[in-house]
Parts: sequence; C-alpha cells; structure tokens
Amino acid sequence: MTDAPPVAGPVERVAAARVENLTKTYGEGDAMVRALDGVTLDLYAGEFTAVMGPSGSGKSTLMHCCAALDSASSGSVLIGEQRLDDLGDKALTRLRRDEIGFVFQSFNLIPTLTAAENILLPLSIAGRKPEPGWYDEVVATVGLGDRLGHKPNELSGGQQQRVAVARALVSRPRIVFADEPTGNLDSRSGAEVLELLRSSVRDHGQTVVMVTHDPIAAAYTDRVVFLADGRVVNELRGPDREQVIEIMTRMSDPGA
Amino acid sequence: MFRAALKSLLGRKVRLVMSTFAIVLGVAFVAGSLIFSDTLSRSFTALFSSTVGDVVVRPDSATPPRGGFSSLTVPASVVDDLAALPGVARVDGNVNALGVYVVGEDQKVIGGLGPPALGGNFTTAPSAAGTGLELLDGVEPQGVDEVVLDDRTAEKAGYEIGDTVPLLTPRGASRLAPTLVGIVGFPDGGSLNGATLALFDTTTAQELFLDGDDAFSDIWVTAEDGVSQDELADTVNEALPDDVVAVTGDTAADESADDLLEAVSFITTFLLIFAGISLVVGSFLIVNTFSILVAQRSRELALLRALGASKRQVIRSVQLEAFVLGVLGSTIGMGLGVLLAMALRVLFAQFGLDLSGQPLVFGTRTVLASYAVGVLVTMAAAWLPARRTARISPVQAMRDDVALTETSIQQRFWRGLALGVLGLVVLALGLFSDLPYGGQMTGAGILFVLLAVAAMSPVISRPFLSGARALYTRLFGPIGNLAGQNSLRNPRRTTATASALMIGLTLACTMAIVGDSAKASVDASVSENFVGDYVVSNVFGGEFNATVADEMAQVPGVGQVIRERFQFVERDGEPQGVVATDPATIDGLQLDLVDGAAADLRDGTVLLDESFAEGEGLTVGDTLDVTVPTGKKSWEVVGVYAENPVIFSPVLTTLTTFVDAGFEPADNALIVFAEPGAADLQAGLDEVIADLPIVTVKDQAAFAQERREPIDQFVLIIFALLGLALIIAVLGIVNTLALSVIERTREIGLLRAIGVSRAQLRWMITLESVVISVLGAVLGVVLGVGFGIALMYAVRDEGLEVISVPFGQLGVFLALSVVIGMLAAILPARRAARLDVLRAISTE
Repeated sequence: MTDAPPVAGPVERVAAARVENLTKTYGEGDAMVRALDGVTLDLYAGEFTAVMGPSGSGKSTLMHCCAALDSASSGSVLIGEQRLDDLGDKALTRLRRDEIGFVFQSFNLIPTLTAAENILLPLSIAGRKPEPGWYDEVVATVGLGDRLGHKPNELSGGQQQRVAVARALVSRPRIVFADEPTGNLDSRSGAEVLELLRSSVRDHGQTVVMVTHDPIAAAYTDRVVFLADGRVVNELRGPDREQVIEIMTRMSDPGA
Repeated sequence: MFRAALKSLLGRKVRLVMSTFAIVLGVAFVAGSLIFSDTLSRSFTALFSSTVGDVVVRPDSATPPRGGFSSLTVPASVVDDLAALPGVARVDGNVNALGVYVVGEDQKVIGGLGPPALGGNFTTAPSAAGTGLELLDGVEPQGVDEVVLDDRTAEKAGYEIGDTVPLLTPRGASRLAPTLVGIVGFPDGGSLNGATLALFDTTTAQELFLDGDDAFSDIWVTAEDGVSQDELADTVNEALPDDVVAVTGDTAADESADDLLEAVSFITTFLLIFAGISLVVGSFLIVNTFSILVAQRSRELALLRALGASKRQVIRSVQLEAFVLGVLGSTIGMGLGVLLAMALRVLFAQFGLDLSGQPLVFGTRTVLASYAVGVLVTMAAAWLPARRTARISPVQAMRDDVALTETSIQQRFWRGLALGVLGLVVLALGLFSDLPYGGQMTGAGILFVLLAVAAMSPVISRPFLSGARALYTRLFGPIGNLAGQNSLRNPRRTTATASALMIGLTLACTMAIVGDSAKASVDASVSENFVGDYVVSNVFGGEFNATVADEMAQVPGVGQVIRERFQFVERDGEPQGVVATDPATIDGLQLDLVDGAAADLRDGTVLLDESFAEGEGLTVGDTLDVTVPTGKKSWEVVGVYAENPVIFSPVLTTLTTFVDAGFEPADNALIVFAEPGAADLQAGLDEVIADLPIVTVKDQAAFAQERREPIDQFVLIIFALLGLALIIAVLGIVNTLALSVIERTREIGLLRAIGVSRAQLRWMITLESVVISVLGAVLGVVLGVGFGIALMYAVRDEGLEVISVPFGQLGVFLALSVVIGMLAAILPARRAARLDVLRAISTE
C-alpha cells in the first residue's frame, strides 16, 4: 500500500468473497451439464458487483454457491476468511444468518409477519438486537414510513422488495446477494430498489452482488462480471448501459 | 377432464394416502361394528335353534324370573302321556339349572360374567334344527360321580376324560367332584357362546337341581316325519294339564334369542355409536384435507377454467376425486373392519362372550353401509371445497397468489350459534323432560353442540390463538411468533383440525366424569349401606349356595349372619325389585319403623319403604298385588320403615315367601356380624368358602373396591374405543401440518435462506402443532365437563347422586394433548427441515 501511487492508480481492493476454480455439474455421463466450469473470481468489499450473462450461463448457480445455498462440485468459495467447502448445515445456516443478506426476485417476505418484523427477522432469530440508530436509518432509507406495521399483502411489489432490501441490510452482513431483485417490478419501482442498493454501497460501504440480465440495472453497479457457459468471459468497471448492451450483444452472437 | 382429475390425484400420493386414511378408519369402525353384531346375532340365533326341540313343553309360568329358570316344573308323568300321542316320535324330559360353575385346573371358575353356567341332564333328544348337541367323545354319564361337559368348557378348564371335575352347585351339596366321562358339542363346530354346560344322568340331575322331584324343567317333543311343529304343538297342548303349555321350537328359540339379543343389543348400539363418532371425527379430517388440497390446486383449477373448463366440470373433477378416494377408502376400510371385528371378538371373549367358534358374518348390509358411508361422507365432505373451487375465476390462474373466497367466518359463527342453541334445547329436552327417545335426543343434542362449536371455533378460538401467539413470542422469541402467526393464518383450518381432537376429548372427559361420579356414588352408597362387619357375595353378582350362611354361622366369633335375596316380581306389568330376609334375624338390619312393627313380618307379608309406600298410597293393612312364577299373590303390608340403605329394594319380605313364589332358594348376599370383642374373622370366613371360588368375603373397603372395579373396566373400554377417534384426530393434525408444510415450501425455503436452522424450523412446526392440539383439548375438556355434569345431573335420581369431576384426569388429558401435538409434528417437521433450501425457494 505504501508503494501505491498517490492518485488514480489501481486501488488495492479487499475481497469480501472469493471464488476459486469453482465447478458445478449436474447429471452423469453423457447427460452431464457443466453449469460452472472453473470460475475464479474475487468479489470486492464495498463494491456493487453485477453478474450478467445469457440464460444458462451459470450466473444464478454461481450466486447460489457463493451464498451458501448450494454446494459446488469442486473448487472453493470463501466468505471473508471462511472457506465454505467443508461446512455442515449448521455452520452454513449460521453463516447465512450472520454474514449474508438476501434479496430474491419474488416471494421475499414472510406473509404472516409485518414489514418491521420481516426486517428484524434475521437479527431476532440470531437473538441479536439491531445496532441503535442503524435500524432507524435503514428504515428511513427504505422510505416505508407508516407502512412498517403492515403485512406484506398490504404492500405494493416495490414496497415489498424495499422491505426485503432493508432486511438484508439491517444485520450489516459481510455481503448482500440479490437475485434479479427488479425482475418482477415496473421500471420505477425497480429504480427505487436499485438506488437503495447503490446508496447502501456508497454511503455505508456495504458489499452487494447482484445477478441480473437487465443492462439498466447493471448500470447502477461498480463492476459487471460477464459469464458464459460457466466461465467468466469479460469484466467491466464503471459500466454504463450502452457498454453493457454492447458486450451482451457480442456474447449472444457466436460469430463475433 | 376426468383424466386430468385422475392424474392430479395420482400426482399427490402422500396426500392421497393421508386423506384416504381418514375414510379407511371411519369405515373400518362401521364395518367392524356391523360384522361383529351380525356375527353375534347369528351365533345366538344358531345357538338357540339348536337348543330347542320340535315342540317345547314347559310350566305355564305367570312370569318367568328375569334371566333364569323358575323353580316350577313339569311332572314326569307328562312324558309318558305325550309319548302315546299320534305324530310323536319321542319325548325327552330336560332338567335345567343355572349357577352350576365348573372349576378349572387352576382353581378358577370357567366363564362366569355374562354367559350362564348351565347344568342339567344328558339326553340324546334331537334339536329342532337337527344340529343339536351330541356326544362327541366318551360315554353317557351315570350317577352322581359322572359328568359330561361341553367341549369348549372342558378345553378351557383343561380336563380330559377320566379327570375329576370340581363343580359348584346352587342347591344341595355346594361342591361336587364327579369324573368327566364324556364330551358334548356341536358336530359342525358351533359353540355355546361362552356358556358352560355340565350334564348328569336324569335322576342325578333331578336330585341335584330339582330337590329330587320326579319332574322336569321342560320337555322336548320330537315330531314324526311329515308332522309340522304347529300340528304337533296343537296335538300336545290338548293332552296337557292346565299349568303346562306347549310351544313350537321356533317360537321358543325366537323368544330366547330375542331376549338375549335384546340383552346384548347394547353392545351393537355401543359399537355403532363409536362408529358414528369416528365418522364425524373422520369427516372433519376429510373436509379439512379436501379444503387444503383444493386450495393448493386452485391455480391448476383456475388454469383449467382458463383453458375452457366449465364451473361444473371443475366441481365434478373435485367430486370425482372424492368419489375415487371414497371407494378406495371404503374398500380398504372394510378389510380393516374384518380385522377390527376379530379384535372385538377377542375383546369380548375376555368378558366371557366367546364367539371364537363362530365364523364372521360378512353381510350385504355391511358392504352397502360401508360404501354408502365412505363414499357419501367423502363426497359430502368434498362438496364445500368443490363449490368454493368453482368461484375461482380464470384470470386468477395468471396471478401469483390465488386467494380462494372463503364464506364469511362471521356468517359461520351465527349459523353455529343457532345450531348450538338448538343443540342445547334438544339436549335439555333429552336429559330433563319425559319425552320419548330421551337417549337419542341427548345424543343428537351433544352432536349438534359439538358441530356448532366446531362451526363457531374460528371466531371463539381467536382469543386463544392470539394469546398463544403472544405467549409463544414471549417464551420462544421470533420462532414462537412465527408458529403463533401460522396458526392464526388460517383459523378455519387450525380450528377444524383442532375440532377433531375436541370431539374425541369431549367424549373422553364426559366419560371420565361419568365414571368418576359413578365411583364416588358407589363409595357413598357403600359407606352408607354397609352394616355388619363383612359382606359375602357372588363375584358374578348372582346367587350362591344357601349352605354358606349355615357354615359361616358356625365360625367362632360370628355373632349373626343375615341372608339377603333379590328377585324381581311383576307389579302392574312392571318389574319390581323385592328383597327377602329371614324374619328371625331382622333386628340386625336396624330398621326404623314409622308404622306397624318389624316383628310382625310373617310369610306372605311385606314391609315397605316409607317413600315407596307414600308414592303408591299403601299403608299398614293394605295389600301389595304382584305376579310371581307361581301365580298372582297379595302380600299384606305389616309395616313401613324409614329409608334404610341396607335394603336394596323398597319391598322386604321373608325367605319362605320367596320359596312359595317359585324362586330358587339361594342367597345373593350375607351380612356377617362379629361377636363383640371377636378377633379378625376374615380367615375363618374365607375357610368356609375356600372351595367356592365364586363367593367372596369382603370388609367395607374391599367391598367398595369390588364395586368400583367394573366401572373402571367400563371406562377403560370406552377410553380404548375413543382412542381410535384420537388416532384419527392425530392423523388430522399430521395431515394438516404436512399439507401446510407443502403449501409453504417457498416460505420455509426463505426462512432457511435467511438463517433459520433446521432445529428452529422443527421447533416452529412443533409449536404450531401443539397450539392445535391444546386448542382441541381445551375445547374438549370444557365441553366434556359441561356434558358430563349435565348427564350426571340428569341421572341423579337413579342412584348416582354424587357428581365428581376428576381434575387430575382432566389435567392429564391436557398434558397428553401437548404430547400428542409434539408427536403429530414429528413427521411434518422432519419433512420441513429436510427441504432443500434452493429447491424450496424456487418452488412454484
């Protein structure tokens, strides 16, 4: 770090999660499908990373493996210093509870609990109290106001998704994974959710990894990783929509 | 469309098994009850038609004693007179006696409770049915040292030909020890249904059972070929003296069978009541299952609607599913019913009703009833959810969450309330009015109230469920909160599931109160009634040899022995209990005379209980007109005594009066008084009855205990039967939980994804299950206590004055419900915990 140039040099980045030579296969013999084919990737702390790629590229599988929801066939995943390969269900559960936040595409909330209860759920099952002030801040950012006491079915889709983001943020996890968080939303609600994720990275140094196929969503991020056929094929820093579209178009055109 | 319905049915094997199981259990109980009662009635009909002659000649008894033989006889000369008549092939005189107990090798009496212990003479007379008892082995008995037993009794007692058979007899010598020389039985394998039979030669039988009179209890007249029973009976009747009549064998068999079948009809009724209970409980399970199944399939059904299926087709597909399940469940249920009938046969054999030789009767009625019940109940149960299905609009298929329109819970509450009020009115009428069909009205009232509470339960259980949620949240944090919220999510489903348990527990609690009150009443009555120091009685409640009293009087230290005999006489066409005792020892009863004098009690006179005398308008000097086996009698009233707990009937007369009336000279109870300062007499008295296993000597505590035992046994049997309803209820909880776990797969996946551990998930499901079971138990206990107290209040005039609530037992029920809840949750919880997180989240 001392050798680093004073300005604008390559920034020394700390990995919040690392993927090393990760392979995931389904099936046997001729029917074997290689969803991930030796992916090596660092997901840096304090960054908003998007994982993109055409369907079947393995982007969801990659996220599920990183998020301790699925296990790889070979290779390693590290969350912080913790290697996931040999962890049992209990340890993985605790890891998900304490170190990881989730936002899914749909069905993100427990229908019987109020918005506030949903937000606090991961903390309360861990028997922890939210940091003073932090909960208020998260809730304020989410902008639900008086609707915190409502059950999910009384909230709009965008509101529900913002509650889900708040839930992912409130325990200050090492890393938040979002799986197509705007996939079910209209563009305006989607923009609100993305802005929320963006600001959590910008203002609070939260690490966020998002799987998406939407170039507009990808434009909110710091870095886009492109996957095809289970491999990392490209990467983009500080992306804008046009760049992303261009790369995606190139990828879907095998002749290019 | 049918194909789609069938496919969806097969696609859900677990649910299929679950809901079919409810039907299977309900039908099994119905089928089992019917098979058993058919077998029972067939066996008695068969038994009695093979134990009568073509024509039976018997004393024209004004009123035969209940459940026994009178001491009236037919003179032996009648046999010779009849033999000369045209159309008569042969005439055989029979000697019949009750209370001839066979003592087994282990010194225990064979049979006893229920079926009679018969004694008599051996004849080779053919029965009307042509399949009478025959000598299967050995030779005919000769003299007092030779006896013939029926095959099953010999087998149970462990005797073979040549062995010495200890016998207890009600008259004359109290104990005999003849040698077994022959075995009788039905050649085709029929049985006496647990009755025991000991036969001597005719002269010996007359000596033993008829005090040596040359007479017969009845006579069988066998017709020549081509002569009908009716013709023969007419011929015989013309030749008979006035006090003897002839009836056809068919009539005699029908009379005996009818009497006995009426006596055992309570068994059938009893079993059918339980069949009904398990069906009601089962239909809750079926309704619930179908509601959930339809709710889960709503998207699929909506899609079918969108693809052009009509409402009717959708309803039909649900109904078809119900029909297939109903047929399947009924078929399996009938099979299980056969097993249940076998189990019942074993159970009743424990109480002496031995039907082991009888093949099970599988009647058309059983098949029809099983299918009717199984299919109709299932289809009716599926009707409500099916109707709801039809309200799914096609557009809902496109949406993510399909909410089924539920009929307003409020509306249901008011309907339930109306039904409940109706039920209470019917119940009150059944219990407290003198209207006919009181029992049926009571049952219907209870059923109405139960259904009403089930209908109202989503509303009335809300405070309970909210309270449980609050408590859970306090005790178990967010997992408790989730469990509580889940039970509140669909109060209808929660309470319907709880209702099944409620019904079972309501009845169990009612029975617990009835049993406990009955025992408390027995205790109260024993402590009031017990005079003297020891009571001697027959363990089977019947009579025993009169020589016991004589021998006991000789035991050193015994001051006085008072005999009591009980019989029923007929008064104005109604049975009236009468007690007889020896006037010489009447002082021992410590009567408090309000009119007349106890010393005036002579043969042919009676003393009356004060309230009975008042109610009947009888005073000293009046006569009590009754009909006894020897005819009409007018007994003079010589005294009226204040209510006395020692006299079990309000009419007291002398022993000789009973003998004159044609009752057997055997005692029912003895009251033994010790001499002042005498040591413990138990050993001395026990020695007298050492060789009489049917008679016991008991002090007050032991006597009370003996009286309580049958009540305990009865309550246990009922609990065992209710256990079945309980199993159905538990299955209901398992079913509901399992289905809701399937329904909530995604939610469970989400919980796991955000860090809920497997253990926490299992705990959540368990807590949910416990809420359901405890709710059912609380409702059940409250209703059961209400019903129990109401029932006991209604019968308070019938010797059950004490109402006792067994709080300990009710507490056990509640504790048990927690255990039931935890057990019911095991499988669903495991299933939930094992769900693959990733797959669960991505479930549609």
